[in-house]
Amino acid sequence: MTGLRGEAAIIGIAELPAERKQTRPPSFTLDQYALLAKMVVDDAGVDATAVNGLLCHGLAESDMFVPATLSEYLGLPVNFGERVDLGGATSAGMVWRAAVAVELGLCDAVLAVVPGSSVLPKSVRQPLSPPGWHGASSSKYGSPQAEFEIPYGNVGQNGPYAQIAQRYAALFGYDTTALAKIAVDQRTNACAHPGAVFHGKPITVDDVLTSPMIADPIHMLETVMRVQGGAGVLVANADVARRARHRPVWVKGFGEHIAFKTATYAEDLMTTPISRAAGRAFAMARLTPSAVDVVSLYDCYTILVLMTLEDAGFCEKGKGAEFINSHDLTFRGDFPCNTHGGQLSFGQTGPSGGMTHVCDSARQIMGRSGENQIPGCNTGFVSGNGGIMSEAVALIFQGS
Amino acid sequence: MSDKMEKPLPTPTPTTQKFWDGLRNREVWIQYSPSSEKWVFYPRILAPGTLVDDLEWRQVSGMGKLYTFTIARKPTAPPWNDDLPQLLAVIELDEGPRITTELVNVQEDSIRVDMRVRPVFSDQPDSDITLLRYEPA
Repeated sequence: MTGLRGEAAIIGIAELPAERKQTRPPSFTLDQYALLAKMVVDDAGVDATAVNGLLCHGLAESDMFVPATLSEYLGLPVNFGERVDLGGATSAGMVWRAAVAVELGLCDAVLAVVPGSSVLPKSVRQPLSPPGWHGASSSKYGSPQAEFEIPYGNVGQNGPYAQIAQRYAALFGYDTTALAKIAVDQRTNACAHPGAVFHGKPITVDDVLTSPMIADPIHMLETVMRVQGGAGVLVANADVARRARHRPVWVKGFGEHIAFKTATYAEDLMTTPISRAAGRAFAMARLTPSAVDVVSLYDCYTILVLMTLEDAGFCEKGKGAEFINSHDLTFRGDFPCNTHGGQLSFGQTGPSGGMTHVCDSARQIMGRSGENQIPGCNTGFVSGNGGIMSEAVALIFQGS
Repeated sequence: MSDKMEKPLPTPTPTTQKFWDGLRNREVWIQYSPSSEKWVFYPRILAPGTLVDDLEWRQVSGMGKLYTFTIARKPTAPPWNDDLPQLLAVIELDEGPRITTELVNVQEDSIRVDMRVRPVFSDQPDSDITLLRYEPA
């Protein structure tokens, strides 16, 4: 298989602490990009002038020309600029695109930062329109969602993720305690990660199972809470990496798969797109799941973590609950998962939620995870997930 | 303060009008691609997967089985604030395609994945739209 040679590395990371109520002043997304860009460049210890590539998501201040607007604002002309539109898989998708741009020689250093604060400055003369309730569904004329989903109340994420869990339960069985244990173990991790919104707030399996039912069988503590934050990385070639301050985190493999928008139309709802994405990533890296020291799995719901463990090859299909029950998923355990707490317990920082998973594995491999550090951590697996298990990106990182 | 909001209704397009007209007449019409021997939902202009231009409309019974469901205890959006619980469902038609819908005329605890279901043609007040809901067969 052709693919990455593993010659592009994450050399700088930024992760703003998750805040339920933001203490920083309101900030335009343009300024959030600028702040995060400075943070990753400073973290790497390289000059901003090294940057000549730019991956981005959206701008609240502009619906179009996002890379050009950002390039101009930052004063950084780039040889490659792209806006990535993969929902929760956006951040992981940015990282492999950055690595490819570096390996092709297009760029020396690529910014991949994602603002995660919805607290924007307000103008009396130009008030922002409040966000609609359609969320990730388009209500525009001609949109399949407007016509065939929204009228039946199929809006948002809770319903369809719960439908996936129900189908899984009917086919493979459903161990509510195992699902709850995912949230509990990740909370333990959050309690050792000061930036997590639930730092200092441990929970038990009983807490999860007695929290309100949102959509059967998903409980409130199996869902994520929107918080304010932001995260990003700087991806660079070996020359820049040599001048950088931290141990480089080489991007060894990736895969991406986009299967549908609405879960109703999945060819096979029980085989999630991470299956193909992870298969490609491991083949490219010439590694197997057993080589992985830390996994940072996109976790908007506990059921996604369970199905990712199965479909990415960490355990057999249908054996996810057994795997979770027989492993300790905390940073002290035999299968560390989301050592930053995951979005379940770090908090869900909007578009940058996926980037916190990238930062989690990168920070471990750099050896900078503090209280949460896994001794000798060298190989990480990151998953990104967008929509309703509609689109997935897998990344494999190695320190050496 | 009342959160009561109007329910969003579909706006048929030239491509989909036949489907909605069918529901109004208590009939289910979906598309079929002879070249790929596949039934198609929702309506399109070209066969998905092959992009062959041979989609034709055919009437089906609308019968199927419950592929999956959930019982939403919190409203999925403000228009459903007064409609809890929502019985959000995905039906697999006997011909193969799946459809997003809601279950009606059913006891919560009797809902089972893969149970047989039949169409309920649900006329929407003050409009010419009929939604396709489902009940146990």
